[in-house]
Amino acid sequence: MTYLYNIGNYFLMIAEMFRKPTKWPVMKKLIFKDIDDLIIGSLGIVAFISFFVGGVITIQTALNISNPLIPKYLVGFATRQSIVLEFAPTFTSIIMAGKVGSFITSSIGTMRVTEQIDALEVMGINSLNYLVFPKTIALMLYPFVIAIGMFLGILGGMAACVFGGYTSLENYILGLQTDFDTFHVIYSFIKTFVFAFILATIPSFHGFYMKGGALEVGKASTTSFVWTSVVIILLNYILTGMMLG
Amino acid sequence: MIEVKNLHKSFGEAEVLKGISTTFEKGKTNLIIGQSGSGKTVFLKCLLGLFNYEEGSISYDGEIFSQLTEDEKRNLRSKIGMVFQGSALFDSMTIAENVMFPLQMFTKQSKSEMQDRVDFVLKRVNLDNAHYKMPSEASGGMQKRVAIARAIVNNPKYLFCDEPNSGLDPKTAIVIDNLIQEITDEYQITTVINSHDMNSVMEIGEKIVFLKDGLKAWEGSNETIFKTDNEAVTNFVYSSNLFKKVRKMYLEENK
Ligand SMILES: Nc1ncnc2c1ncn2[C@@H]1O[C@H](COP(=O)(O)OP(=O)(O)OP(=O)(O)O)[C@@H](O)[C@H]1O
Ligand SMILES: [Mg+2]
Repeated sequence: MTYLYNIGNYFLMIAEMFRKPTKWPVMKKLIFKDIDDLIIGSLGIVAFISFFVGGVITIQTALNISNPLIPKYLVGFATRQSIVLEFAPTFTSIIMAGKVGSFITSSIGTMRVTEQIDALEVMGINSLNYLVFPKTIALMLYPFVIAIGMFLGILGGMAACVFGGYTSLENYILGLQTDFDTFHVIYSFIKTFVFAFILATIPSFHGFYMKGGALEVGKASTTSFVWTSVVIILLNYILTGMMLG
Repeated sequence: MIEVKNLHKSFGEAEVLKGISTTFEKGKTNLIIGQSGSGKTVFLKCLLGLFNYEEGSISYDGEIFSQLTEDEKRNLRSKIGMVFQGSALFDSMTIAENVMFPLQMFTKQSKSEMQDRVDFVLKRVNLDNAHYKMPSEASGGMQKRVAIARAIVNNPKYLFCDEPNSGLDPKTAIVIDNLIQEITDEYQITTVINSHDMNSVMEIGEKIVFLKDGLKAWEGSNETIFKTDNEAVTNFVYSSNLFKKVRKMYLEENK
């Protein structure tokens, strides 16, 4: 029952978020601030993880292809497919659910417990629009982060491949170009947009509707991380079934 | 004028407000007094619609709050100034930005007009040179005064203050009390103040509502509070020896 209640509340929150918009000059500032916090602030960690995981995927694939009948360029192919299809959009999003998600939940949750949200409401401001809308808009730039992640992942794979001596650079690049399907990239970016929306709204929901004090802010961040990841994984399954299945 | 009729509010099993009716007039400083935990904050939050209540009605100049649409509520609220017990300053903004916020949201003033107004109200709460501090860098009493400045900056029609002078030294407390009374009179604001400070009661208690055990135990003004025989009120008011002495002197003088 409480699940249904929460799901209903979540959709009401999204509807309410678009009502009585905040003045544009104020909103513009909020959006830029959130782009800075959520997007620019995440570039470092995404770049770092993508590069090294890209490298590891390449090494693992290379080590597992021991059969001499399998051509060496497959290393590049496998790396590209796993990074573009799953690693960059989905797994990076799970990491972001931890980083961006808990930041959103704890910052909105702190505003809840210190009555700052009440203060906004009492002034007659639509606090959902004021707080959640700019984060949602800012995260619409999230696909750029993922694009950078994809690029660096493949670059990381290339570095591991060449410096580790698994295959030649030419073979790796040949692999990257083999059977390239543009739809895979489109599929990946559609997923990313959906995940971006989830990353903005579910943590906001947990922060906005939390009750209690500072201790509960911590708990809300944890719950928010769990639910954001669960929803991302489930939607990943559904979207993949719909678009590739 | 704000009219409250038969207000009931519970949290689960605990009934905090058990049917309160009263009116708060325009241009007057209305005080709600009562012991810690008597439900003052809950009462104020019900007035503002921050808490849902089970029973009763609240009307602002004839408009029943619960019957307004969301947009009408927001419209009404843009004419409300509120000082929360814990100040509730926006901690991502400097003090000056906090005070400027209602102006930015609800007026079309130019940047310099807004800045002048902010300077003016900050001066009135005795905070001349804290503009660029963050709320976390300000003392509790400073935060309180910023909250007051933020509440009055846009000339509200209704002003609610939850213990505006708790945490302030006696001198600043009086400055704040007088400020609230002055602007209430000057702009004909309907002002409701939660307090348990006896100084405020004497200074600005044009109307006083005494809450006890979820009920309105007494109602009057700073004129009548010293004459009443209501035991609950006298126990509350004369809990300190100083006031006991004052009362004795007062009664002897007026024999
Ligand atoms: N959100 C809440 N959930 C449950 N109970 C609450 C809540 N807020 C207040 N109460 C209860 O309502 C009662 C009245 O609290 P309130 O905060 O109104 O007291 P107060 O008169 O403002 O006290 P003080 O002078 O200390 O500020 C208390 O018993 C408190 O435990
Ligand atoms: Mg209180």
